Amino acid sequence: MDGEIVEALFRREFGRVVSTLTRIFGPRHLALAEDVAQDALIKALQQWPHRGVPANPAAWLILVAKNLALDSLRREASLTAKADEIARALSPAATTPEVIDDQLAMMFLCCHPEIPRDGGIALTLKTVCGFGTGEIARAFLIQETTAAQRIVRAKKLIRERDLRFELPDHELPPERLDAVLETLYLMFNEGYASGGDQLLRRDLCGEAIRLARLTAGHAATRAPECDALLALFLLQSAREPARVDERGDLFLLRDQDRSRWDYSRIAEGILRLGRSASGDRLTRYHLEAGIAAEHAAAPDFASTDWASIAEQYEQLHELNPSPVVALNRAVALAQAQGAAVGLRELEKIEHHPALERYHLLPAAMGALWREMGDAARAARYFERALACECSAPERRHLEKQLGELALA
Amino acid sequence: MHQYLLILRDDPAIFHQMSPQQIQEVFAKYVAWRVRMQEAGRLVGGNKLEDNTGRVLSAGPSNQMRITDGPFAESKELIGGYFMINADSYEDAVELCRDCPHLEYGAIEVRRVDKM
Repeated sequence: MDGEIVEALFRREFGRVVSTLTRIFGPRHLALAEDVAQDALIKALQQWPHRGVPANPAAWLILVAKNLALDSLRREASLTAKADEIARALSPAATTPEVIDDQLAMMFLCCHPEIPRDGGIALTLKTVCGFGTGEIARAFLIQETTAAQRIVRAKKLIRERDLRFELPDHELPPERLDAVLETLYLMFNEGYASGGDQLLRRDLCGEAIRLARLTAGHAATRAPECDALLALFLLQSAREPARVDERGDLFLLRDQDRSRWDYSRIAEGILRLGRSASGDRLTRYHLEAGIAAEHAAAPDFASTDWASIAEQYEQLHELNPSPVVALNRAVALAQAQGAAVGLRELEKIEHHPALERYHLLPAAMGALWREMGDAARAARYFERALACECSAPERRHLEKQLGELALA
Repeated sequence: MHQYLLILRDDPAIFHQMSPQQIQEVFAKYVAWRVRMQEAGRLVGGNKLEDNTGRVLSAGPSNQMRITDGPFAESKELIGGYFMINADSYEDAVELCRDCPHLEYGAIEVRRVDKM
């Protein structure tokens, strides 16, 4: 027997089995699909060590799970009421697993605009990506009961609103695609944020990339904004190897060893970004990917095209006028036109209520005041940043900067 | 060398709370153990038994054969499967089982094949 097994095979296959069984038995039997997918994994756990991993694990698991589901439905008293589901399960169409379509349709079901985003993400992670409730809770730094509640509410909405399991085959309603892309965007950002369980967060980014790839690659769902989103993920995650060290300490863009960036990812990201320029819709994903591409293309921090980045942040601000975007625009302007210009912009948003507890604003102001040579003011801002909530690596980074000021 | 039967008792309900990733971690340990046993020439064979089926035959009153549905267990643990291994002694067999991942969720009963 082969001792090797693909990383995350069980997690992946769980998602495939749930998706395919939901197609066969319908979204109102989603709970059944999850139960029998779990039972199929347990059977594999107990049987494969004796018999070896089957040549096609996915087909094996789907067959086992489908038989378990049929047994369960047959056991239920009202057999006649279930006749159509059983008939569908036995029809030849159901036995050829169109696995990719199933996973995409499942994702469109979980990320339905009628389901709140936090529930949609949790349900996607649970059913399409095969994460446990405890793992979802740890990834999002929430209580396990909170994660479980979000999932239960999302499933309830699927039943109550009778949401359908389908891939739109003609014109994809933009709000359906928007909801999916936004969910993936939030999933990736959560994974890309520092702190918590590093491995889990890496898996979160990996899943967001995998699902974005499926969406961008399928005839029913592909659109320029899918390419833009995928480009953004690829370009951001390409910097990951240089961003965090073994201790989990952060390296800001300025200090990263750029030879550790993943240049094949960057190349693919640039290619995707080029492909995303074909439509007539300019989304935040286009602009954010464009900004990430500027960073990726720069041989070092100093030669970055900050004017272009500031310009793209400007467009992003027009599209999505949020104080966080204004903050990033100001930081880019500071690089392009000097610290004084950046500070002037930051002072405009300094007292914005939405940024009151946001550590990156005082952290940016501290860095610019240091550049202006005003160590006392810089220290005050770094201290203010430390008073906000932030992750342990970010805290260590801020403390380091504060310590360096004291030495200077 | 004697042959020893390792009777694997377990409660499958334990796995229902595990995430797919956790199940895979147990699986990987299981496979590693089996490969080690195989490479050391200790493994004779093994199988998983069906969880929810079984028959128990016994002599009833007035020599009537009694057949009942099983499987039967005193506790929640069932005989879920078995391995047959080669070992020098009970001590040796127990030593080989010590790192068997089955112990993380069940018990192993070790019995020597009687060759006398």
